[in-house]
Amino acid sequence: MKRLNPSLIAGGVIVTVIVLMALVSFVWTPYDATLVTPTSRLLKPSWEHWFGTDKFGRDVLSQIMVGSRTTLFVGVVAVGVAAVIGVPLGILAAMVRRWPSEVIMRANDLLLAFPALLLAIMFGAVFGASTLTAMVAIGIASVPSFARVIRSGALQVMRTEYVLAARAAGRQPFPIALRHVLPNVTSLITVQASVSFAIAVLAEAALSFLGYGTPPPTPSWGRMLQESQEFLFTAPRLAIFPGIAIAIAVLGFNLLGDGLRDRFDPKLEDRR
Amino acid sequence: MILRLIERTGVFLVSLAVSSILVFAFMAVLPGDPARVALGVNASDEAVAELRRQFGLDRPLPTQYFDWLGGLLHGDLGTSYVSKVAIGPQVFDRLQVTLWLVVAGMIIALVVAAPAGTVMAARHRKISGLALSAFSQAGVAVPAFLAGILLIVVFAVRLGWLPANGWTPPAQDPTMFLKQLILPALSLGLVQGAVLTRYVRSAVLDVLREDYLRTARAKGLRPFQALWRHGLRNAAVPVVTVLGLQLATLLIGAVVVERVFVIPGLGSLLLDGVSNRDLLLVQDVVMVLVLAVLLVNFLVDLLYVALDPRLRTA
Repeated sequence: MKRLNPSLIAGGVIVTVIVLMALVSFVWTPYDATLVTPTSRLLKPSWEHWFGTDKFGRDVLSQIMVGSRTTLFVGVVAVGVAAVIGVPLGILAAMVRRWPSEVIMRANDLLLAFPALLLAIMFGAVFGASTLTAMVAIGIASVPSFARVIRSGALQVMRTEYVLAARAAGRQPFPIALRHVLPNVTSLITVQASVSFAIAVLAEAALSFLGYGTPPPTPSWGRMLQESQEFLFTAPRLAIFPGIAIAIAVLGFNLLGDGLRDRFDPKLEDRR
Repeated sequence: MILRLIERTGVFLVSLAVSSILVFAFMAVLPGDPARVALGVNASDEAVAELRRQFGLDRPLPTQYFDWLGGLLHGDLGTSYVSKVAIGPQVFDRLQVTLWLVVAGMIIALVVAAPAGTVMAARHRKISGLALSAFSQAGVAVPAFLAGILLIVVFAVRLGWLPANGWTPPAQDPTMFLKQLILPALSLGLVQGAVLTRYVRSAVLDVLREDYLRTARAKGLRPFQALWRHGLRNAAVPVVTVLGLQLATLLIGAVVVERVFVIPGLGSLLLDGVSNRDLLLVQDVVMVLVLAVLLVNFLVDLLYVALDPRLRTA
């Protein structure tokens, strides 16, 4: 059995905690995260409200807990969109002959000129801001990185003897892709998914901060930050808690990605 | 060399043309009529028809596209459907503001990353190297707008050293300009610096394993001398590529940071355009941003060839 590395453990623990927090928030939060209580506005952290309350008297800890659902939901859908489009494109680009492959990769490069945030703002302008448009835009913007990574992995697999044997035996390209190439690039997909997840968390936070992500009253870490801006001088903690949540989540997925990469490719380990 | 130059220029021009079609088409598929959107739902059909005629929105889409593209090539970005003001001068003014931010952010990123990454690589099994690694890993996880908010809390709210927001043109008051530039530039630069540090480290680590560096050491140079004389130019090649990609990230990151610091840059113009449903303005600003990203990538390609003589013959 391979040795676990520190990045993998740290990333795994952080991601597990966030997932658990999201799951627990379905059945229990200290308070109703959307409950407006004018009498308990801007309370400091205390035993009743561990992280204090915001300008509407909503409990900050409960909002952070429910906000983790938004973050994970956006991440899962965005990475799903990116993988569903990017993985087949990457494998296709590795398997087809020269010019179609070139066209796919050039189109891929072109998409890189539209970063997630810009794409999401464009989607917001055209279709109106919503969680759905944010997720789809972030997902589409992550397609190029998936396609590129998977293509390079698939190219290596295409040169292996078992693929040559399968081709010599007359197997069609589609079964080869499904039976030989895809199973051998799953580790790359896992690593890329983790890295893309971190990017999706960042993008969702930025979009919600700008008002183009999850609309109120659904709690979202990015929007909590946006709402905290008017209280930076009087209650900076309102920015600190969701800020830390975002940073820890991104750190967790980045570490997980790094750890998985090391685990799947031990040659890289001494470079970290 | 010449062939490569022609090829890269060709790719750049084709990418530019295709992205202009994409941006135009995306805005054209809009569910609803830009004139109706600009005038609001209560506008009369006659008023909408008049606006459509006035801005040429009643013409076929290809005609509209080529008209828009022709205008872009001549620096004419059209007139806003909403404010009826020429868009070009606005974009140009705001772009200057954003460029200040991006350039200052890039300089900070480089100043942070080049020494930190080199030290991390040179001492990669020592405590100091590991500590810097952990610091950069944490930095990567902090988005620029969050860094901005934290910097405001510390330097504007707690210490009161710098203004929390605002923008003064350099010609008007250079001291105030610098004061207001520091925090937004730091929030962009520190985060990008953390990302860049990891690439510098990895590039320097690669170089440290090269034979020519061992030879230089064997000839009596100290490790840092050898790295300085022979290693850094080689390590620069991959770093420059990342730097190019990061310039694009900085440009987009500036969109959010401008919101945090209430800076009237291109990002604010774009977001105002979206909230006012000023679609031609949005289309123009998006195109300018995409052009900037493509142009930076193109220039990086050229610089790449200049830095690595092996690529010149390819």
